[in-house]
Amino acid sequence: MRRTHRPLRNAALLIAAILLLWQGLFAFAGRHALTPPLQTIGYLAALMHTGAFWGHVAETGTAFAVALVIAVAAGLAAGFLLGLNRTAAEVFEPLLLAANSVPKIALYPVVLLIFGIGMPAKIAFGAIHGVVPVTIFTMGGLRNIRPVMFKTAAVLRLDRWATIRSVLVPAALPEIFTGLRIGFSLTLIGTLLGEMFGSQRGLGFLLMTAIGLQNTRVIMAVTLLLVVFAASISTALIVIDRRLHVRL
Amino acid sequence: MTRVAFWRAVVVLLPVLALEVLCRTGVIAPIMMPAPSVVLRDLVTLLASGTMNGAIVKTLGNVALACVLAIVAGVALGALIHRWPGLRETLEPLFATYYAIPVYAFYPLFIILFGLGEAPQILIGFMLAVVAVIVNTLNGLDSVPRVLGKVARVYRLGPLATALRITLPYAAPYLFTGVKLAVAYAFIGVIGAEFIMSRTGLGYEISFAFNNFDNGVMYPLILLILVIATALNMSLERWEKALLRRRGRH
Repeated sequence: MRRTHRPLRNAALLIAAILLLWQGLFAFAGRHALTPPLQTIGYLAALMHTGAFWGHVAETGTAFAVALVIAVAAGLAAGFLLGLNRTAAEVFEPLLLAANSVPKIALYPVVLLIFGIGMPAKIAFGAIHGVVPVTIFTMGGLRNIRPVMFKTAAVLRLDRWATIRSVLVPAALPEIFTGLRIGFSLTLIGTLLGEMFGSQRGLGFLLMTAIGLQNTRVIMAVTLLLVVFAASISTALIVIDRRLHVRL
Repeated sequence: MTRVAFWRAVVVLLPVLALEVLCRTGVIAPIMMPAPSVVLRDLVTLLASGTMNGAIVKTLGNVALACVLAIVAGVALGALIHRWPGLRETLEPLFATYYAIPVYAFYPLFIILFGLGEAPQILIGFMLAVVAVIVNTLNGLDSVPRVLGKVARVYRLGPLATALRITLPYAAPYLFTGVKLAVAYAFIGVIGAEFIMSRTGLGYEISFAFNNFDNGVMYPLILLILVIATALNMSLERWEKALLRRRGRH
């Protein structure tokens, strides 16, 4: 299949199309529904000059970072344990796939009952969302390694640790990275959802209050910030992801 | 295989059993969580009483609607985008980053645009589901070998006949993956939206029960959602495997 690569042109075209659509939607739906692009950017800039806003950003950022560390560490550990043990992988795989498709938001009351309102609940909620894809992809990556790799490691008389470090990890890295990329997105979504219900601070809380007050300007500005943040990091991760997959 | 099934049952049932013991012995207070057997009994009572029927029908109806709309629109858009490589190339970064964007952040906007009715929830479910269908339709159409297109031309099949007799059957496994994801995403989207803000549906009923410390309703409903979503997903998974096995034999 022929595929040309003009990523910058594509991104620019896409962003231009989205801005046009946005402006068009504003003309159609009016001032009460949404704010136009330039005004939203202006308002976001104004928000960024207030100290309270950075407090919310710091809160969300901290919760997200801790949740991500937990999701990645737990996901990698579980993925390695399952990926290196065939029976365990067969036992857990359908359960993990089911866990991945369940609306985890239904569990938020349980999380709140266990952790109470505040930072731990958000972190738990973010980590719950992120840990499953990291586990699934790590496990899949290790299980898809060609048998010849294991045989080579055996021929070279590598011990278990050396096999993991110099054969298994490099071979499974592209898949593992894909898992981390998806885990990143889901942890962010989980953390924000956690903030929307079980929190008095953070960007999710800011969104929820703005919904209650029908404050369109805040809703639009915060949504813009979140979308730009998520899309730009995810794009960077995708570029790395593709390079890793091409290398093999 | 039976050994695997045995261990799978152990992995599922052991934590449930442990919870049961912890709840019965009072290590976990009833205010925190009732014992699993109690939750199950409450669910049966709740379903028999019929008080939740409205919420169940509404939620499942909205999920079904979001799902059907996403499948129809996703396959149509996928076929359209496939015919137009320039458009596809431009949209590629959108598809790649789409699931990194917290779609729920748009929910307030939809409420302002469409009011507090069903539309915003269906739209969130639709938005989450449709891109998975588009991407898998594109993959499916990519998988159709060129020679089959030539065969269609040799037999002078029209576009509709080509789609029905060659393209769709060939791309079926990919399309099915799209459908499976659409069901899961529509569920997540609709129930999530109900939680955030809504006046009806299972998500709303759970929030309401939570705010009233009504564990006798909250836990059974959470169990119900988990059971429905898991059962749907597992049966689609099984169906997909059967489809792929049949493909393998041909």
